[in-house]
Amino acid sequence: MIEIKNLCKSYGKLKVLQDVSVKFERGMVVSVIGPNGSGKTTMSKCILGMALPDSGDILLNGKSVLKQHDYRSQIGYMPQIGRYPENMKIRQVISMMKDIRKEVKQLDEELVGLYGLEQMYDKRMGTLSGGTKQKVSAALAFMFNPGILILDEPTAGLDPISAEILKSKILKEKKKGKLILITSHIMSEIEEVADEVMCLVDGNLKFFESISAIKEHANEERLSKAIAKIMNEED
Amino acid sequence: MKTIIKHVLYDILRSRIVLAYTVFMLVLAFGLFNLEGDPAKSLLSLLNVVLLVVPLISIVFATTHFYNSYEFMELLMAQPVNRKKIFLSEYLAVALSLSAAYVVGIGVPVLLYGANATALFLLAVGVGITFVFVALAFLASVVTRDKAKGIGVALLLWVYFALIYDGIVIFILYFFSEYPLEKASLAMIALNPIDLGRIVVMLNLDVSALMGYTGALYKSMFGSGTGVAISFGILLLWVLFPLLTSKRIFSKKDI
Repeated sequence: MIEIKNLCKSYGKLKVLQDVSVKFERGMVVSVIGPNGSGKTTMSKCILGMALPDSGDILLNGKSVLKQHDYRSQIGYMPQIGRYPENMKIRQVISMMKDIRKEVKQLDEELVGLYGLEQMYDKRMGTLSGGTKQKVSAALAFMFNPGILILDEPTAGLDPISAEILKSKILKEKKKGKLILITSHIMSEIEEVADEVMCLVDGNLKFFESISAIKEHANEERLSKAIAKIMNEED
Repeated sequence: MKTIIKHVLYDILRSRIVLAYTVFMLVLAFGLFNLEGDPAKSLLSLLNVVLLVVPLISIVFATTHFYNSYEFMELLMAQPVNRKKIFLSEYLAVALSLSAAYVVGIGVPVLLYGANATALFLLAVGVGITFVFVALAFLASVVTRDKAKGIGVALLLWVYFALIYDGIVIFILYFFSEYPLEKASLAMIALNPIDLGRIVVMLNLDVSALMGYTGALYKSMFGSGTGVAISFGILLLWVLFPLLTSKRIFSKKDI
């Protein structure tokens, strides 16, 4: 569904992504892991066209997404730190997004309900806590029924109950055969929702394997240990 | 694109700065018309104030608005919306709301105190200058991500066009006063949108008769229909050049 070919991206002298090539298929839940600053967010931003690659290509269903914009109707994005116009109320943000995505008839407002956002509709975005902003981001990412979800550290900053709600939502969407990319540092969470793990280190693709293959490969029961083992082996 | 313009306009109206700008213009225009008995003279004073204030307000407001809208633009960029459309919608919404404030603020008093061709030119020039300086403001804003720097660049642009440029022109005219400079000074006027606007309005006032040979040359250049058309054409170039440059930079930017 998404194919990344020889993607390179640098910010000034800093090479953030170096020749990354990978292929994601429909129905996959891929967890993107890697140390801080290894290019996880940059990769998501390149897929979304927010950061423009230096070289390489990104194909969605066989078509290049570079310099395009319509393809983003198939993607729901939840940023790591949601930034919203401070003087807008939650209600206004949500209704504005609906207005911009008028063509989507079937809205999925499950998370709006589960997170009780309606009760906070008249709060301004600037006054919200980080966690509440995350909830708004999550609700918006799922709202337009996209075929692809890109969630950048979705549960960081959420309280355990809200994180649980989000995880069960992710599993529900997975059953519908969507492609879901999650960047995360929490191994237990990855084990719960993901099937595949993609590991980036210093902008290079370290490995991209299914969780069971990783465990087998490292001969470990727990994913966190298995990954630590693989990382140490290759050093 | 219409939807985005609509939402940007909501945002601008919420801040009430544009409303304050309208009221300021109204007070200014009514004040000047009441101070002077002769509407032509008050129009001249109004021209001078307008050519100083309109560029300043336009460039400062547009720059701060652009930086304050960063989150909004970021939000839209993850949606199936063209970046260029986001940028142009921002531009049109800011330029149109400031122009509307100007046309109401200056237009209403002018209508009450005697509208003539010169007053119409004053209105048109003000709108043109607003569009030019909003475009320059957007150029200053896309060059740097730092808000303070962006506003600094914007203010420098204003100081240059409103104050320093005239000084340079006078210096050149004085220094080369032995030479025929009419053609050169025409070119120098075209290089500053504020001067261009001033000349267009002045030559449609009676005062141009006092400006001697150079005035006569200007009159033959700017006073005629084609002259006015050329001036507004140059003003349009002054809008398009910064606007298209900044649009190009913006569409290649990493967010």
